[in-house]
Amino acid sequence: MPEQLAFTIEVFLNGLMAGVLYALVALGFVLIYKASGIFNYAQGVMALFAALTLAGIIDGQVPFSHLINAILGTDIHHFGWHVPAFLAILLTMVVMIALAYAVQRLVFRHLVGQEPIILFMATIGLAYFLEGVGDLMWGSDIKSMDVGLPQGLNTWIDDTTFNAFGYGFFIDNLDIVASIIAALLVIGLVMFAQYTKQGRAMRAVADDHQAALSVGVSLNFIWILVWSLAGFVALVAGIMWGTKSGVQFSLSLIALKALPVLMLGGFTSIPGAIVGGLIIGVGEKLFEFLIGAPFLGGATENWFAYMLALIFLVFRPQGLFGEKIIERV
Amino acid sequence: MKDMTDGYVTADGRQIGPVVMEMKNITLRFGGVEAIKDISFDIRQGEIRAIIGPNGAGKSSMLNVISGFYVPQEGEVWYKGSRRPTMKPFEVAQQGIARTFQNIALFEGMSVLDNVMTGRLTNMKTGMFWQSIWKGKAEREETANREVAEKIIDFLEIQAIRKTPVSRLSYGLKKRVELARALAAEPSILLLDEPMAGMNVEEKEDMSRFILDVNDEFGTTIALIEHDMGVVMDLSDRVVVMDYGKKIGDGTPSEVRNNQDVIDAYLGVAHD
Repeated sequence: MPEQLAFTIEVFLNGLMAGVLYALVALGFVLIYKASGIFNYAQGVMALFAALTLAGIIDGQVPFSHLINAILGTDIHHFGWHVPAFLAILLTMVVMIALAYAVQRLVFRHLVGQEPIILFMATIGLAYFLEGVGDLMWGSDIKSMDVGLPQGLNTWIDDTTFNAFGYGFFIDNLDIVASIIAALLVIGLVMFAQYTKQGRAMRAVADDHQAALSVGVSLNFIWILVWSLAGFVALVAGIMWGTKSGVQFSLSLIALKALPVLMLGGFTSIPGAIVGGLIIGVGEKLFEFLIGAPFLGGATENWFAYMLALIFLVFRPQGLFGEKIIERV
Repeated sequence: MKDMTDGYVTADGRQIGPVVMEMKNITLRFGGVEAIKDISFDIRQGEIRAIIGPNGAGKSSMLNVISGFYVPQEGEVWYKGSRRPTMKPFEVAQQGIARTFQNIALFEGMSVLDNVMTGRLTNMKTGMFWQSIWKGKAEREETANREVAEKIIDFLEIQAIRKTPVSRLSYGLKKRVELARALAAEPSILLLDEPMAGMNVEEKEDMSRFILDVNDEFGTTIALIEHDMGVVMDLSDRVVVMDYGKKIGDGTPSEVRNNQDVIDAYLGVAHD
């Protein structure tokens, strides 16, 4: 196989896997937006907070240790125990559900019926608040995340492709695992929405609030459920990105990458988030490889996604799968 | 007048029971506007009660008070013999009151079958744990409820469009699907807000037949808002007439038809 073609395929595959992770973050947005019309600016920070909490629990960190030490003059940092990954994930999930309940009860229940821009501003406030709490609770030093996910070059693929094509594909184990987990998560969520009783209630709330009320659906319960699911998605995204590059506060910026994905796929479509993520992932990497690096001096990965999203906004504002805005006169 | 507290049997043999819902001195205001002014009436078990009146009389507002979407500033709603505390619309629905909407509030993104299945939500009790596993309790409940939904779809003769997304249906069919969804909840009281609006004669006959069948077969108490006088006279056992938020008539169709105030309201006589 000619080396250029092999490179291209490798880049394509890596792009697909990066795309799956983008899709995962976008999915969190879509879930909340569909059910409550809120664009959750805090989704990225939720991923960060989830990752911080998970890393903190695994290491047996004392939450708010700096604050406690400052007030009480003590010097405690760790509990001295080491929580196994699986249990830690469950505990973090409990925290995320509690967060969903608190957010719904304290913030959004009082803002029912408000303009979308007000709801959006509330999520901006939530993002800053959560970021601050995360810092106060767990500290801002970079943490390593290790939940036992395989990492490093996948030697089997490297050897097999080398023998078959004369070129060994460099694909990271972590990326493969992340893609599989993300795919399973997406399938699980779609099936939950389609077939279960709560999923049906969720779709009803996403469609028409009044009608959902008239068939006995509690809006508050569904909103807490949706925020919890978004929290779960955020946790998975946080684990993947955290394992890749450590748990650091720039993790919340991945939310920004989700915006082009949403513009491409539509704000209200789950398959749209997936397809959009894949397109952005592949497009980004291929563009950099084929055009960016050779002709434009490189570093196109930073802006390509946004440029693509801009083009979509001009020609197809509802995205590939979103609902077309038809005004009945 | 003979004592009808415990119910009576109509001329065509239907059993009308005691009072199941009562509005006591309901007053509803929107800012300075009084949409409903001190209105009281009752609804008996198993009867078809029509609420009629000129446009803007406050009929839909009344229905919204009954279904919990509006909270009256004054007055009480009594349901099944006890005073109903202020509750959210979904809690009212869970108590056995189902409704349709004047401007159709279907779940446009779902199929007809899915919409009817949402009507079954108040009857489905399995928790999230069992639902996530699916096999076992949840699946059995889904199958049982699906059976009920299909029966209602058969009853209203919409089998052919079971899987069609409702956004693609005609207005008349959408109204029928909304009726199906309300019926799916197996309600004690069915509230219909202008179920025949925008229909031609044939569609109205079909809808009337369905409403009568529902009342006949399931004994469902029905309160409906309707403009077509012919329909009201034919279908209803008793009528409440509203005008400018006040009650100007309450009785059987023939009693109401001969009421001078009602005639004035519809023909438009100058008020002093």
